[in-house]
Amino acid sequence: MGTITGIAAIGAGLAAIGAGIGIGKIGGSALESMARQPEHSSMIQTNMIIAAALVEGVALFAVVVALLQG
Amino acid sequence: MSSFSLGKIFLFASIFLASISNAFCNQENDSLSSLEKKAYDPVPDIMHHISDSHEWHFWGEGESAVTLSLPIILWTDNGLVGPFLSSKFHHNDNGQIVVIVDGHSLVKIHDKIYELNQGQKSAVFDESHHIKNGILPLDFSITKNVACMLIAFFLLMLFFIISGIKAKNNKTAPSGLLSFLEPLVLFVRDDIVKPNIGKNYKKYLPYLLTLFFFILMNNLLGLIPGSANVTGNIAITLVLSFITLIVTNFSGNKSYWGHIFNPPGVPLALMPIMIPIEIVGIFTKPFALMIRLFANITAGHIIVLSLVSLIFMAQSGLGNIAAWSLSPVAVVFVLFMDLIEVLVAFLQAYIFTLLTSLFIGLATVEEH
Repeated sequence: MGTITGIAAIGAGLAAIGAGIGIGKIGGSALESMARQPEHSSMIQTNMIIAAALVEGVALFAVVVALLQG
Repeated sequence: MSSFSLGKIFLFASIFLASISNAFCNQENDSLSSLEKKAYDPVPDIMHHISDSHEWHFWGEGESAVTLSLPIILWTDNGLVGPFLSSKFHHNDNGQIVVIVDGHSLVKIHDKIYELNQGQKSAVFDESHHIKNGILPLDFSITKNVACMLIAFFLLMLFFIISGIKAKNNKTAPSGLLSFLEPLVLFVRDDIVKPNIGKNYKKYLPYLLTLFFFILMNNLLGLIPGSANVTGNIAITLVLSFITLIVTNFSGNKSYWGHIFNPPGVPLALMPIMIPIEIVGIFTKPFALMIRLFANITAGHIIVLSLVSLIFMAQSGLGNIAAWSLSPVAVVFVLFMDLIEVLVAFLQAYIFTLLTSLFIGLATVEEH
């Protein structure tokens, strides 16, 4: 039980790495495009939020599996 | 001064330390063993705060807990076991107290209510601590989550009926409650529903507005200390996404179903692969909605509760002074996390509604 809890925690941490990289890339490209075309900022922001929520959803699948501990 | 040479001081200090080190060691051993006995494990308390329960627990432990007992309604094989307050179980959770209602003997184990078989007087457990002589009837009780949903329902009705009356009579700029709710409703209509659904958005607007404000109100209520974790309960998000599944698929037109059972541009050899994938795709989209909302809200609550448990872990590990001095830091962290959770509450309601309207829009797209 203790080992599985530890490995589940490692799995959740790996999912956090994936979410961090994914949302970081989304945020980075959103900021870059906002710098290129400030007049479309709000549309870019909306789409960034949508994409970030989708990526975070996938990461949270992994968190749920880790919570269920395998 | 010559009598106080360094050697004598050293000798005196070492004798002094040796004589009291024994006392220190004993005290350390005692406090170490007593620490090991009462090392604070935060997991059961955190799980208790997140889960549903038949009574609304405010503070206190065991017998002297301050709780609000909620009615229990069960459907057994012999019919309805009527509403009775959960105070009859006297906070008992391990099956020891048997409550007899209308001839049914009931015990409560880990917050599930079991009915003992005919003629049994008390619960009998097997090795893995499961009950052997009882069955689970269908539980329709007003539990903590149901009570909190009813509170959210009354609040939403109150806010929107008042604002609706004010909006009908109002000819000038809105003020007060209406000025807070009207931009939100217009935001949902103009930025979420209309762009994604298109022409016949008015048919779906009531459902989507209800969805948005239900999720928002329940997320925000769950942040209040002592409240129930409604949207972090997977059964509730399951129902919301199931309704989304029904609405999406019943409003799908010929082109939508055509794309599923006859994906355009796919060679005949690949059809046996594509069609099952498309059919599974009908179910994975609402499934993702369910998991996303559940995991976001539950994770947020677990983080806040863990930060508060830091204080109790410090108390059991380092003593009362460390706990008291850690409390301001922990409270600041908790405040910061709660602000993030308010943002997450809005964001998750927005995302759920946006993806639902996106799916409805995809299902009702006109063939051009």
